[in-house]
Amino acid sequence: MIAIVDYGVGNLFSLTSSLKVLGLAPEVTADPDRLRAAGRIILPGVGAFGDAKAKLDATGLVPVLREESRKKPMLGICLGMQLLFDKGFEYGEHDGLGFIPGVVDSLKPDLNDSSLKVPHMGWNSLSIRRDDPLFKYFRDGEYVYYVHSFYAKSCAGSTLAVSDYGGVAVPGAVRRGSVWGTQFHPEKSGDAGLRLLKAFGEL
Amino acid sequence: MLAKRIIPCLDVKNGRVVKGVNFEGLKDMADPVDMARFYNDSGADELVFYDITASFEGRELFTDVLRRVASEIFIPLTVGGGIRSLDDFDRVLKCGADKVSVNSGAIAAPGIIAQAAKKYGDQCVVLSMDVKRVDGQFRLFAKGGREDTGIDAMDWAVRGVQSGAGEIVLNSIDTDGVKQGFDLEMLDALTGKVDVPVIASGGAGKMEDFGELFTHPGVDAGLAASIFHTKQVDIRELKRWLRGRGVEMRI
Repeated sequence: MIAIVDYGVGNLFSLTSSLKVLGLAPEVTADPDRLRAAGRIILPGVGAFGDAKAKLDATGLVPVLREESRKKPMLGICLGMQLLFDKGFEYGEHDGLGFIPGVVDSLKPDLNDSSLKVPHMGWNSLSIRRDDPLFKYFRDGEYVYYVHSFYAKSCAGSTLAVSDYGGVAVPGAVRRGSVWGTQFHPEKSGDAGLRLLKAFGEL
Repeated sequence: MLAKRIIPCLDVKNGRVVKGVNFEGLKDMADPVDMARFYNDSGADELVFYDITASFEGRELFTDVLRRVASEIFIPLTVGGGIRSLDDFDRVLKCGADKVSVNSGAIAAPGIIAQAAKKYGDQCVVLSMDVKRVDGQFRLFAKGGREDTGIDAMDWAVRGVQSGAGEIVLNSIDTDGVKQGFDLEMLDALTGKVDVPVIASGGAGKMEDFGELFTHPGVDAGLAASIFHTKQVDIRELKRWLRGRGVEMRI
């Protein structure tokens, strides 16, 4: 069973549908015992960093997630990935979960072309920097679907793959120990995304 | 860098895919779930699922059809037609839509754009516009292209983006269904005024029309219906052809 953390953030329809198609038995839950019983945990999320972190804190699940993150594969998706880092600077400064060293900051000021649109929204090619079991079924350079305005920085040690946007190597996939994160939405990235989720299900 | 997007549009009436010429003479095409599966497998970058009659006859979207499409389609899905309130947003998002497009509903009550952007984020709100030349002006039309609002379409787009629309679909009534190419003049007028992604709609008849479209750098995506539904243009072939001409494409 893959537990999808339910903390009132984001639309889980596509994520649960894609895991079902892969036969991975998703369960949307906020129950600590179900998170402990799960073989894997996915932390989803859309919206703003501070608001989402406050909602996650309010569930009381953070200590459980910290403990389970050392025992089993965990995957943060989009804002769920951003929350894995130490800090986020969206509408103020907020503490993240600190599972992966790094910070989450605004993309716009770092782009080399001010005419580029933010959010970074659409299909971008993902270049693998470090091979990983997550890419077992994924080909280097395949396209994945992004929607975000903030991105992970100061996380070179954990970056697995990047997408170029306006001269910025946006970390698309990161890993530290048994904790993975994708800035893009694998559940919206067509067949390539499904293959990543399939590999996550086999970790 | 981001790939340009090719987007088939599924205009739906009574649970079936239809596509008219200049919005008249609707002709039945196929089952939306079959069509969506076909497009998902053939390389479409996104799908637009639109209840073409909703604003006219006040029909609610068939949410069960939407749910079935969304549970099989793992590419971004935009849903529109009859969206008038936050409840409408909520209803289609819960059925698996990623973005919601507003058209007549925003003309009747412009506040919905800001409300929805605040609640779901700018990236979720697509402003869809039906535009036609009237007296030398790009004029905004409502109700599936049937009603001249008297509003300047470019002003409307700017106001929409200021309110929080994260993307614009520009459908030219002048070129829709004519298959002689996209309305590049109208598109250029728009892309010079807004800094959100612009999706071109109306007029695609052949691969070369997309080739010409993407020489206009402000355009992010090309949307079409009948030429894809009738397999007159094959999406996979189109994308390979465009990539060969230097347009970044997800293959």
